[in-house]
Amino acid sequence: MEIAGLYRQMLRARSFELVVEDLWHRGLIAGEMHLGTGEEAVAAGVVTRLGEGDGLALTHRCSPALVVRGVPLVPMLRELLGCEDGICGGRGGHMHLFSEEHMAATSGIVGASLPTAAGFALANRRLRPGRVAVAFTGTGAMNSGMALETMNLAVAWSLPLLVVCIDNGWAIATASDAVTGGDLVDRARSFGFRTDSVAGRDVRAVHKTAGKLIDLARRGKGPCFLMATCPRLDGHFLGDPLLRMARQPVAEGKDTFSKVISSAVSRGGGGLKDRAGGMTKMMSTMARARRAPTRERRGDPMLAARNAMKKHKLERDRIDAEVEAEINVAVEAALDGIEEADSG
Amino acid sequence: MAELSLGQAVDRAIEDGMARDDTIVLIGEDAPMLRSPLFARFGADRVLAAPISESAFFGAAAGAAMAGLRPVVELYMVDFIAVAYDSVLNHIAKLEGFSGGKWKAPLVIRAPCGGGYGDGGQHGQALWGNLASIPGLTVVVASNPADAYGLMTTALRHDGPVVFLEPKLLSEEWLEFLGRGGRDTVSFDVPADGATGEVPDPPHATPFGKAAVRREGGDVTVVSVAVGVHRALEAAAKLADGGISCEVIDLRSLRPLDDETVVGSVTKTGHLLVVDEDYREFGLAGEVAAVCLEAGLKPRYARVCVEDTLPFARHLEDAALPNVHRIVQAATSLAKA
Repeated sequence: MEIAGLYRQMLRARSFELVVEDLWHRGLIAGEMHLGTGEEAVAAGVVTRLGEGDGLALTHRCSPALVVRGVPLVPMLRELLGCEDGICGGRGGHMHLFSEEHMAATSGIVGASLPTAAGFALANRRLRPGRVAVAFTGTGAMNSGMALETMNLAVAWSLPLLVVCIDNGWAIATASDAVTGGDLVDRARSFGFRTDSVAGRDVRAVHKTAGKLIDLARRGKGPCFLMATCPRLDGHFLGDPLLRMARQPVAEGKDTFSKVISSAVSRGGGGLKDRAGGMTKMMSTMARARRAPTRERRGDPMLAARNAMKKHKLERDRIDAEVEAEINVAVEAALDGIEEADSG
Repeated sequence: MAELSLGQAVDRAIEDGMARDDTIVLIGEDAPMLRSPLFARFGADRVLAAPISESAFFGAAAGAAMAGLRPVVELYMVDFIAVAYDSVLNHIAKLEGFSGGKWKAPLVIRAPCGGGYGDGGQHGQALWGNLASIPGLTVVVASNPADAYGLMTTALRHDGPVVFLEPKLLSEEWLEFLGRGGRDTVSFDVPADGATGEVPDPPHATPFGKAAVRREGGDVTVVSVAVGVHRALEAAAKLADGGISCEVIDLRSLRPLDDETVVGSVTKTGHLLVVDEDYREFGLAGEVAAVCLEAGLKPRYARVCVEDTLPFARHLEDAALPNVHRIVQAATSLAKA
């Protein structure tokens, strides 16, 4: 696939996430919202390799891959808005989106995408030879029992499976490497996976590497593992307190900081070393959160993709206009009949 | 006496407990950030960041409890206990029974529970009936800050495993974290008396197996826990206008269950209504009915529970959860029957 096609899919995914963010802030979407901003190049690079009959198991950060997979936008938005004509009748919500037609399933249980995708792969090998399954997961999830067990199962059964592990540096609000032993690619290799790593901001690199691995899986060579690094641009979820405190320590952090200080100087508890160690570690987590890339700044994969299109400026402008129109039409249709509360 | 939110009351009970007893350790995903005051006071040896490996850190907590520590294990939501269910069902709960009562392991599981803020059916379950069906576990649910502090304090001193459930709708901290996220464009139907209130000075402890009668009445006994208690109280006020007098019982503790208070009340009213945010079938609602039948009572009976997978959409979720309208209807038809 040419860069133009990949760029279009990334832009569709990003534009969808920005719409969701807006609707969530307007109070039209309930509950938690884990945006996939920063993952667009991974989603576009991998998912454009899938076709009819291929399975896709996703996480709580699922919408970029679903958008690229071609799941219709209006029913997805209607679902997030809590409408009974949403893709899951308003009963699933953003962490529980399902499209049987696309063999695409999501889950809010960390690690659950691996066993589900293994099952899709098993069914595909028997029912749809040559078809594969892809699991999207993250570094934090790779430490769950179900993920580790599936890594072994997939090799033991030689399943046509690709595990795409997104490394954004975090396991919820903890630095991933602080709770992970060893190297995850080495780990996958020692299970018997064919492995590769890719810069997940570079959509062409992801597309090429994912294509090679998926092709191996299609040809019955057993399961593959792809590690893709990319930024998490909007924290664990919208309103992430860690990110709010890191970015606006005075406005957002003062209550927490005063509680922390009051506890740290209370009688009873650890010695000076324990207390100082605790404070130092917290400050370093905050600093790491503050350093995280933000949108439209260096590190945002959309900038890299736009840059990759600079020799095709006219085409890029045309794609920008077409995607904008597509998203606008979808939002307008999705909001039909929805009343917005007057928040004053 | 201090005016605290329910979440603050739980945090304070744990902090006071950790200051009192240095065998208490706290284990959970993001614990150093989520419980930063404890991390700053007690350090990394006593506040441990867990990988997203529930079956490992639950199993390890059980082992640590067997070997002399008193772990408090946190989950982001009780729904995720499913991932650690083997350690709960087959290990933590079985130790005392298997060892002929000779080996007990003190462990507290702290888990936010319940819906009412639109997070979907994998993040808003109650599950207390499921957990309370397991011999060897103690299961408690707080409906206000005083009980939250008191039940947690008792849990930290208990010699066996305790599941401590914290209704998210009553916790300003969890609602902000999971539902609001800094927005002022969403609102929740929060019972004020459950969310904030006076907490007696330490050492304040609420006994296990002792229900609280929140409102006295003579016509219908309404048995509930957590948010359901507040919905029942609101319904009882409306029902009183129509001449139906309800007695509202907050069980606080599911296992052990305060049979005596329930049976005493139903003996008086002859009508039993169970209001339960957990699933209707094979759970608390049936258990309370069985307790009354075993005591030889034959009350008129109804239950208002969650009947299906909890839907994501707020209006569908509101209808699926026990709400005042459903309670009023059920109590009215019971009383008139």
